[in-house]
Amino acid sequence: MADHSHAHAPRPLGGSAFTPFTLLLGVLAAIAGVILVYRFFYGLGAVTNLNDGYPWGIWIAYDVVVGSAFACGGYSMALLVYIFNKGQYHPLVRPALLASLFGYTLAGVSVIFDLGRWWNFWHIFWPGYAQVNSVMFEVAVCISAYIVVMWIEFSPAFLEKWGMKDAKRKLNKLLFFFIALGVLLPSMHQSSLGSLLVIFGQQIHPLWQSGMLLPVTYLLTAILLGFAVVIFEATLSSTGFKRQLETPVLTPLAKIMYWTLAAYVVLRVIDVVMRGALGTAFAATWQAFWFWVEMACFIVPLATLASENARRRASCLFVGAVLLMLGGFLLRINGFLVGYMTGEGWSYFPSLAELMVTIGLIAFEILAYIVIVRNYPVLPAAQPATR
Amino acid sequence: MDRRTFFKASLAGGTALATGAASCPAQARDTHPMPAEAVGLLFDSILCVGCKACVAACKEANGMPLEFSTADQYWDTPLDISGKTLNVIKAYRDGKMEAKDREENGFAFIKKSCMHCVDPSCVSACPVSAMQKDPKNGIVTYDKDACIGCRYCVAACPFGVPRFTYDKAVPQISKCQLCVHRHKDGKYAACAEVCPTGATLYGKVSVLREEAKRRLAMKPGEKTQFPRGHLRAAEEKALQGAPEGRGEMRRQGWTDDGNQNYPGVAGQYLQHIYGEKEFGGTQMLMLSGVPFQKLGYPDLPPRSDAATSETLQHTLYGGLIAPIAVLGALTFVARRNVKPEDGEGGQHG
Repeated sequence: MADHSHAHAPRPLGGSAFTPFTLLLGVLAAIAGVILVYRFFYGLGAVTNLNDGYPWGIWIAYDVVVGSAFACGGYSMALLVYIFNKGQYHPLVRPALLASLFGYTLAGVSVIFDLGRWWNFWHIFWPGYAQVNSVMFEVAVCISAYIVVMWIEFSPAFLEKWGMKDAKRKLNKLLFFFIALGVLLPSMHQSSLGSLLVIFGQQIHPLWQSGMLLPVTYLLTAILLGFAVVIFEATLSSTGFKRQLETPVLTPLAKIMYWTLAAYVVLRVIDVVMRGALGTAFAATWQAFWFWVEMACFIVPLATLASENARRRASCLFVGAVLLMLGGFLLRINGFLVGYMTGEGWSYFPSLAELMVTIGLIAFEILAYIVIVRNYPVLPAAQPATR
Repeated sequence: MDRRTFFKASLAGGTALATGAASCPAQARDTHPMPAEAVGLLFDSILCVGCKACVAACKEANGMPLEFSTADQYWDTPLDISGKTLNVIKAYRDGKMEAKDREENGFAFIKKSCMHCVDPSCVSACPVSAMQKDPKNGIVTYDKDACIGCRYCVAACPFGVPRFTYDKAVPQISKCQLCVHRHKDGKYAACAEVCPTGATLYGKVSVLREEAKRRLAMKPGEKTQFPRGHLRAAEEKALQGAPEGRGEMRRQGWTDDGNQNYPGVAGQYLQHIYGEKEFGGTQMLMLSGVPFQKLGYPDLPPRSDAATSETLQHTLYGGLIAPIAVLGALTFVARRNVKPEDGEGGQHG
C-alpha cells in the first residue's frame, strides 16, 4: 500500500506554459477584463441584460451558484477520504482541491462584479451591518471562510515547493482541523445556496420551489457534482497532459457516485409528487420542457452507470459525469432563472458581454490550473500513457 | 478500525443533527404581527380617477428624475415603478371599456408602490441591514450607505417593489418610504396629500382598516362622506378615549389641514381588503371593484416567506449549535483519519 502511494506522490508536471490553447485562454480572460472595466465605469446596465424582473443573471446563477457547485470536487473527496476513511482515493484529493480552490476563489471574486455597490461589500462581515437572518449572509460568510480554509489546506503544496519544511510540518499537525472545517463549510453554504430560493416563495415555479427541502437537494447534488467533476477533470487532464487514465480508481468512485445519484433522484421525484407539482411538468411550458431535460440528465446516468462493467469504461464514466454536471447546472439555472416568475412582461437572456465575462472567468480558471500543475506538486506522478 | 470510526462518525453526526432538529420547535418563526402604531395608506380603486397627481407629487417630494415613455419627451410618463419612479397609477382595461370598476368590458385604476409589508421579504433577505422595518410605525426604509447592491431584495419581494438603477455606475435601490423624510415637518405621504378624491388616504393602519370596513359594509349607491388626505379626524376620534383627547394630532406636530370630507356614493366593492391578510398583512390596504389578480396583485398566502426562510435558517444555525456539534464530530473523525504526512502527499495508511 505504501509503495503504491509513493508512486503516486504529487510532482510538478513541468513543460511550457505557452501553447496555442493557453494563449486562447489568455485572450478570453483579457476580453472579460476589458468588459469588466467598462462595467465598473458605466454600471451593470451597460453590459448586462439585467432588469427589475430578473435582477440576478448568469453572473449569480452560473458564476456563483453553479460555479461553486462545480468546485465541490475538493469537498466531496475530502468527505470520502478523511471522513469516510476511503484512503484509496487519496491521489485524487490534491488535484480536486486545486480545482475547488480556483472555482471557489473565482466565484467569490466574481460576486464583486455583480454587486452594484461593491465598495460596501465588507458590510456583510461587519457587526452592526451584518443581518444574520439573511440566507445571503450565511452564504457570503461561509463561502469566504471556505476559500480561506482551502488556501490553508492547499498550502502544503506551496510550502513544499518553497522548501519551507518547518512551517509545513507545523501546519500538517493541525491539518485535520482545517480538513474538518473544509467539510463543514461547504455542507453549510452549498445547502444555503438552495435556501436562497425559499424566500422567493411563489415566484419560483412549483417544479423547483421545494421549500424546506431546497437545502437538501442542493447539498446532495453538490456532493454528486463533486464526484462527477473529479471524474471529468481526471479524464481531461489524463488526455490533455498525455498521462495514463486513472480509471482503476475512478471505477469504485463511480459506484459511490451512482448511489448518491439514486438517492437524489428518489428524493427529487418524491418531493415533486408530494407537493402536487407533477401536473405542471406536463403543461406546455418552457419550464416543463427544461424540467424534463434536467431530469433526463440525472436519469440517463442512472441507467448507463448501473453495471460494474460500464463503470470500468472510461468513455462511459466521462459521458455519465458530463451528464450529471449538466443536470446539476440545469437544476440551478432552472431554479434561479427559468423557473423564476416575477410577473408578466419581464424577460432575460444574458447579453454577449455577460456571456463573455463568464466564459473569460472559466478560461482564467483553466489557465491558472494548467500553470499551477505544471509548476507545483499537484497531480500524482505517473508514467506517461503507454499504448 | 475503518468500520468502527465510521460508526462513531455516524453516531456523532446523528447526535448533532438530532440536536439541531430538537431545537426546531423553539426556533420556528411565526409571521410578525402588525406594529401597534403602524401607519400606511388606504387605496380605493373605485375613488381613483386616474389623474396621476400622486405620481407627480411623489416625484417632487422625493426629488426623483423624470421618466419618458413617449417619442416626444414633453412630460413625465412612467409606465411602471422603476429606479426613477416610486409610485405609479396603472390602468386595467378589458374589451370595450364601457364602465369603470367592472371586470368585463370595463376599466379601473390601480396604485403601484411599496406595500410596507408587516413581515417584509426585503428586510429578511438583506444581508447588510440596509432594508429596515421601523419597529414603531412599521415603515420599511432603505439606507443606501449600508447597501451592497446585491439586489436580493429586488428578487425576493412578491410585489416586485424594490427597483435598482442599473444605468448608474453608483447605483442604488429605489422604493417608497412613505415620505418618512417629511414627517419631521408635520407632513405625510405626498401621494395622499394631493389625491383630489381621497382614493389614496394616509393614516394609522388600524383606522384605515376601520374606514375600509365601513365602505365594504355600505350598499352600492348609498350616500356617504369620503375623507381626503390624512385620516386626522378619525384618528382624533380614536384618541378621544385617551386623556390627551381632542387636538392631540396637532400637538404632535401635524399641520391642520381641516376637515376635508366630501359627499359621495358608495361603489360596487368586492368584499376583500387586499393587504389585510395577504402575506401576514401589509400597511397599504386596497379596495377595488375588479379582482386584485387582474390588477397585477398576486394571490398570496397569509404566511410570509420571511417567516418560512428564517424558520429554516434558525433551525439549522440557531445559536450555531448544530454547526459546532457537526464540526466537533468531523474534527474527531478527521483527527483519526488524517495522517500528519498527508500534506506530503499520498502517504496514506
